[in-house]
Amino acid sequence: MNKDILICGVGGQGTVLASKLIASAAMSENNIVHSAETIGMAQRGGSVTSHVRIGQNAFSPLIPDHCADLILSFEPAEAVRNLKFLKKDGAVIVNSQPIKPITETLDNTGYDGSNMIEYLKQNCKTCIVVDGKYFSDNLGSSKFFNIAILGVACGANKLGLDKDSLIKQIETKVKEKFVEVNKKAFELGIKIGEQNAA
Amino acid sequence: MKKDYVMGNSAIALGALSAGVKVVCGYPGTPSTEIIETIFRVPHDNVHLEWSVNEKVAMEVATSAAYSGARSLVTMKQVGLNVASDPLMSLAYVGVKGGMVIVVADDPGPISSQTEQDTRAFANFCRIPVFDPASPEQAFQMVQDAFLYSEKYHTPVILRPTTRVCHAYASIEFNENYCVKPYEGFVKDSSKWVIFPKLSFANHAMIEKRNVTIGNDFSSYKFNCVTNAKASSKKAVIATGDSYAYAKEALLENQEITLIQVGTPHPLPENFLLKALEGIDDVLCIEELSPYIENEVLRLCGKHHLKLNVYGKNTSHVALSGENSVQSVKRSINKFLGIDKTDDIAFENIPNLPIRPPVLCAGCPHRAAFYAVKVAMKNKKSYFCGDIGCYTLGNAKPLDMVDTCLCMGGGVTMSQGFNFVDKEATSFAFIGDSTFFASGLTGVVNAVYNEANVIICILDNSTTAMTGHQPHPGTGFNLMGNFVDKVDISKVLEGIGVNTIVTVNPLDFKASVDAVKDCASIKGVKVIIFKAPCISIVKPHKPVKFTQKCNSCRVCIKKLGCPAIIMNEGKVAIDTSLCVGCNLCAQICPRKSIEESKCE
Ligand SMILES: Cc1ncc(C[n+]2csc(CCOP(=O)(O)OP(=O)(O)O)c2C)c(N)n1
Ligand code: SF4
Ligand code: SF4
Repeated sequence: MNKDILICGVGGQGTVLASKLIASAAMSENNIVHSAETIGMAQRGGSVTSHVRIGQNAFSPLIPDHCADLILSFEPAEAVRNLKFLKKDGAVIVNSQPIKPITETLDNTGYDGSNMIEYLKQNCKTCIVVDGKYFSDNLGSSKFFNIAILGVACGANKLGLDKDSLIKQIETKVKEKFVEVNKKAFELGIKIGEQNAA
Repeated sequence: MKKDYVMGNSAIALGALSAGVKVVCGYPGTPSTEIIETIFRVPHDNVHLEWSVNEKVAMEVATSAAYSGARSLVTMKQVGLNVASDPLMSLAYVGVKGGMVIVVADDPGPISSQTEQDTRAFANFCRIPVFDPASPEQAFQMVQDAFLYSEKYHTPVILRPTTRVCHAYASIEFNENYCVKPYEGFVKDSSKWVIFPKLSFANHAMIEKRNVTIGNDFSSYKFNCVTNAKASSKKAVIATGDSYAYAKEALLENQEITLIQVGTPHPLPENFLLKALEGIDDVLCIEELSPYIENEVLRLCGKHHLKLNVYGKNTSHVALSGENSVQSVKRSINKFLGIDKTDDIAFENIPNLPIRPPVLCAGCPHRAAFYAVKVAMKNKKSYFCGDIGCYTLGNAKPLDMVDTCLCMGGGVTMSQGFNFVDKEATSFAFIGDSTFFASGLTGVVNAVYNEANVIICILDNSTTAMTGHQPHPGTGFNLMGNFVDKVDISKVLEGIGVNTIVTVNPLDFKASVDAVKDCASIKGVKVIIFKAPCISIVKPHKPVKFTQKCNSCRVCIKKLGCPAIIMNEGKVAIDTSLCVGCNLCAQICPRKSIEESKCE
């Protein structure tokens, strides 16, 4: 399989775990995988990305422009910021809940992500908008969104990976006391994804 | 054999363990930190592992291992080598017995660093070999090879990965049953281990001769290699480090160009390059940071009268600063081939994106310390000398409390300089606890000795936060897994002779402001230790609550800039997923409309 998946969001949202799970699930299905993370200064509330590259011709650890099959975005503006990575017919799955940067709060510009979501809907061939609030209401915290969005991608058939290989990775890679709630997040995501499958 | 999917830095760690390393020392610094963190996490029986207090110390501790015949690994980020350059320069002359590999991680961009310096040039300056991996897989191999070359030629060797190699992940297969390589121990011989001008003169000549031999040896090294070689090919690309990976991907569509990797930039594998460039008319050098290989190839052309056109950074085919990528490499190659192709733009009229600079966390004690100083010094002329760590982020609005930031430890001494050029103003230095141990101490001694009037604020959050929360001498825990006596900053200062030392919890706003005001009224060297843990190493308190009294005046937002305070439908609100209940906002709210979080 050849697939490039970009995961983006804001430092602290748990993008790294999501990329680890995709990478290890893809490997468990005998693919060659490479990935790369943003680590450093940006982790303090800056924009972060994880690049997962599945396939044997992926030499660069970062996805080249116009090559991502899928963008999983944990925040509306971050999806737009990373659109240059997306393939022409690539898909975007995006959280509609904004994270307001302090610069916006200070100037009170009223950024709420809605214009970003509008732009994505109008300009991307496939754009699945998920409401992070739905998951935090059901799971008691926004912390599990990273696993929920994997469920959405899986349910909508955008990952090219088997549901069970992902569940297996959740069971082995997630801290034991969070396995159950994460599995629940994943299943909730799958349902949303299935409703949005083309 | 065990197979693991690991980060480039972990690959380097596993490579070093597989090579039987005995002593591992380093100082944290992005993108190098995870090498030592990996060794700490995996089995490493009989290995001495330490976070040294700074890079110079790490280099010196490892040097004794190298003199004793044991294998040693030293890790740091590129600017760390500036700190460690004194011992390294001399060590390059003296040489080693046991293999010594210094991992120096470069950071093109720069993404998390002060400079875009090029460690390959540093290795050349020191006259020691340097390996330049293009991927985590190569880094794993190269660190092991580097030990062999180090022992074969009795020289320290640098491994220079860049950020994209350090933080890339790949599958690595390694032998789990690694163990420390046996070593002879130190054999006294002052003619060998004591550096004197006579020894340096003799060894300098030896080193220059030896480097020619190493260059020849490197000419058959596996990571100096040619792909796509065709007899008809008149054009070639030379790429190094991660640029080689980018070029390999960019050239998938064009198999007519010869691709050459140089995995050992210094000493230059001349014979390899001369052979690889046979029949080539034009060569494009693709690399990050300085035009290192490009200049070396130009030198080669002069030396051997090659009829070769050399393109790269010197000819504006490759950017002089910043990172490369598959796209930038494609652009460089197109220009080289004379192909006029503009990048396709898939998305137009993109809406204005919010800027998202890194910020101090919600509840970060540094915010409270900065704000207390700001309030205490309102309308008074002051200089705020910052330093390197999370607290550099105190420069952002609305705090705006960092006037300068130069290098680790530089704030303490710069505040003295400001005091000497402007006696009227109050000079402050802000320094983190890890930075204080790394390079702040000597600056305090200087202040006492040279009678500076300064206020030094030590932001003691009980960790090295910026680089990912490593322990340091003040935390009472070391990498041998032992609980040890904490080095007490206050006692250290007393010993130096600082007369005014105040310790205060920055989250107690009034006490903090009073402490600053008191210190500002006294002459001499004053130190305020703002002591409260980084929020990442303690359990959060319950979030604060906004009561009915709040009229959304936004004072808390405008003064503090805590990311947990947001605007929601025109009203000030708390993001309960971020607030850790530090209670700072509650103490500064003019209407007392924020209900404090009670400590459980
Ligand atoms: C010479 C050098 N070595 C290492 C680093 C990497 N580095 C950046 S900040 C920092 C330490 C920060 O710790 P501390 O002073 O305790 O401040 P905190 O981040 O905890 O606020 C280090 C080691 C550097 N920038 N320069
Ligand atoms: S108590 Fe106030 S200042 Fe502290 S984290 Fe919560 S919102 Fe931010
Ligand atoms: S990690 Fe700790 S020191 Fe750094 S900004 Fe966050 S709370 Fe402050």
